[in-house]
Amino acid sequence: MQRSKFLIGGLLILAAVIYLIASSSQANAEYFMTVNEVQAQGQAVAGKSLRISGAVIGDTIQYDPQTLTLTFEVAHVPGDNAEIDAQGGLAAVLHQAVIDTSRTRISVKYVGPKPDLMRNEAQAIMTGHMGADGTFYADELLLKCPTRYEEAVPAQAATN
Amino acid sequence: MIADFGYGVLVVSFLAALYAVGAAVMGANSKSPQLVESARRAMLLTWPLITLSAAALIYLLVNDHYEVQFVYEVTSRSMPTYLKVTAWWGGQAGSLVFWSWLMSAFASLVMLRKWDRDREFLPWVIMVCSLTVAFFLMMSIVFENPFARLYQTLDGISPHTFAPANSNLFIPADGRGLNPLLRHPGMIIHPPMLYLGFVSFVIPYAFAMAALITGRTDDRWIRITRRWTLWAWLFLSFGLVLGGRWAYDVLGWGGYWGWDPVEISAFMPWLTGTAFLHSVMIQEKRGLLKQWNMILVILTYALVIFGTFLTRSGVLSSVHAFASSPIGPFFMGFVSLTLIASIGLLIYRWPDLRSETEMKSMLSREALFLLNNLLFMSVLIVCFIGVIYPLASELLTGQKVTVGPPYYERATAPLFAALMFLMGIAPLSAWGHSTFMTLGRALWKSALVALGITVVIFFTYTHNWIALVGFYLVTFVLIVTLVEFWRAARARQKTQQENFFTALYRLMGRNRRRYGGYVIHVSMMLMAIGILGINLFQQQTQGTLAIGQSVKIAGYTIQYKDLASWDETAKGVNYTRAVISVYKDGQYLQDLYPRKDYYYDAQQTMTIPGLRPTLQDDLYIILVDWQPASDIGATFKIYVNPLVNWLWIGSLLFMLGIFIAAWPDQDPEAITVRAAQTSHQTSAAD
Repeated sequence: MQRSKFLIGGLLILAAVIYLIASSSQANAEYFMTVNEVQAQGQAVAGKSLRISGAVIGDTIQYDPQTLTLTFEVAHVPGDNAEIDAQGGLAAVLHQAVIDTSRTRISVKYVGPKPDLMRNEAQAIMTGHMGADGTFYADELLLKCPTRYEEAVPAQAATN
Repeated sequence: MIADFGYGVLVVSFLAALYAVGAAVMGANSKSPQLVESARRAMLLTWPLITLSAAALIYLLVNDHYEVQFVYEVTSRSMPTYLKVTAWWGGQAGSLVFWSWLMSAFASLVMLRKWDRDREFLPWVIMVCSLTVAFFLMMSIVFENPFARLYQTLDGISPHTFAPANSNLFIPADGRGLNPLLRHPGMIIHPPMLYLGFVSFVIPYAFAMAALITGRTDDRWIRITRRWTLWAWLFLSFGLVLGGRWAYDVLGWGGYWGWDPVEISAFMPWLTGTAFLHSVMIQEKRGLLKQWNMILVILTYALVIFGTFLTRSGVLSSVHAFASSPIGPFFMGFVSLTLIASIGLLIYRWPDLRSETEMKSMLSREALFLLNNLLFMSVLIVCFIGVIYPLASELLTGQKVTVGPPYYERATAPLFAALMFLMGIAPLSAWGHSTFMTLGRALWKSALVALGITVVIFFTYTHNWIALVGFYLVTFVLIVTLVEFWRAARARQKTQQENFFTALYRLMGRNRRRYGGYVIHVSMMLMAIGILGINLFQQQTQGTLAIGQSVKIAGYTIQYKDLASWDETAKGVNYTRAVISVYKDGQYLQDLYPRKDYYYDAQQTMTIPGLRPTLQDDLYIILVDWQPASDIGATFKIYVNPLVNWLWIGSLLFMLGIFIAAWPDQDPEAITVRAAQTSHQTSAAD
């Protein structure tokens, strides 16, 4: 008798948790996509909550402090970590993506303070949706800047 | 030279840890105390060895040896020496060594305790601790060598442990410098605290495994590790809070917790650890939940390793993530192996861990503790599924899908509310048997008073129903807990003829765990007030102001007065600082100085808000941008975060509560009055 009471109680909690997880994840799902995938899907993804990663093209960064509107373009980078490693790591991939003008690019609009890491060849990870005008409207913007040793100027090229 | 030395010592310490594992296992199997003693000494040797290696690393960091990749990445000439030292844990490779160093320090402390009564645990504790240390050292030696140097070959410049053929050592003129975001006092102590919390949870796990292996499955392992668990919990909690405060101070988004995967991965062992702290009490008092406690301690250990792995694997994109690294699969392998081994052992000993009695009543103290555990596990499941959602969805559907903060907030809020409710009723329910009648009689007054206060809040402050439910629960728990303190202290005051505060103080000294726990419950309620405030009532505005212009928000008038920009060459920083005057209801309050610091070495800006904290709210002003020709002026983003300071006040009280609970009992009086005290305690629980 007691045992079954506890069992029923446990099952009720489990059911409640499953319901909470299922309903909350349904309502708040964001789809990871690469720039190429977004471009290929076109209007099919309009309005959907998306998460896109791309390489920031420095020349396109514009910021209007009056309206806090940040616009820039990102170029396609592979979404897969293994693929990025195969192409020489994140820094190399981002560099390639920016200098290769044949890569797919999309323009991004973000309203808010300009992030401190916003610069050329940074990796932008953005959450938001595609507008009908082909611009990606980002609600959240995360930036990463990997290291490239070649940028460091040597003090003495070779001492030992 | 120094780099080779440091690396060599690291290899030797790895070998010592491996030897300790081997000798401990062989010593236990062949019942040879000499071998076990030798294993213990090897274990004790690892800490000085890793210290030596770390000293080499710090020497390189402090003396600008930029040919070492790690030094190049985390320091620069303009950084002050103390920051160069703390840069030790500012990057992936160094922080792994730091982790091993702390782990071996804790293991050594355990080695130095008196083992007379539990000799049979010793070899197995050595095995678990050394294996963990050895694993982390191996990661450093094979994949993330902090001593790797930069070499130039025909293919370009890359880091190597040993000089490749036809290469030249590459010495950059200056380092990139520690990420400015990490040059903050909160960030200097936040990682060590988290790591301390992580590594000290390894100790209860090690004893649990020793108990399973030796078959000594009574409460001994729990009694030995009780205090370790509390300290582990203290460090982990402190680490989490510091991280939140740091985010609030330097990330400039007006928040403190973003449900970022890495935050969650540090939060998950906290959840299982908290559940464990509660459920061990049931085992000690009633001999119940023995199997469950084993599961919890195994889970906590696995989550500690998993959390360390998540931060480093590059699997998830996060502000916290270190660069992507090949160590991911090895971490996964290690977690899986330890999980399989532990669960295998647990299944083997499962029959020995049966409960001594049965749980009789659904409302008894032990049943409510069980419910508390189930709720913590539910929060854990919500978090875990959220974290692995992208990985799981990609495996199952081919489409990577992630869930954001709203998912966590929506799914965990009811669970946290239920936990709060339990904090209110559990302290008043009796061990063994309680009914709705007895509980109701103990609680109805507090529930009614809380309702009255909530009605007042409804008419004076807010109509938001989530906030009202939250505030109701907060007041209910606060009243119940404070009345508990008051009643017990009054009872002692009468019997012992002491004044009220002496009685209260001595009462807490008599039963530290119980009253430390209540202090923690009170602190949780204060934190809940802050969380409800900032999440439900945050206001924000933004505006571009010319000098002299002002903007209004939530009763405040914010006037832009001045802006200045200057270089501090010694630090390699450019500061831009605005002066803001704050008025409320026409009354001048104070000046605030939001600023942006630009670090030349790292080519990065850091946004420091101007902050006016009061118990009522925080005024939080960010300097977003400015025009050098100042006729257009500067742009500000302004947040008003109501009640948020209760979160930080609660955090401090929380630390105090853990100190009360974990402080070693050495008061001789504790023994003499125990009899009187236990009788008093049962009467309080009725």
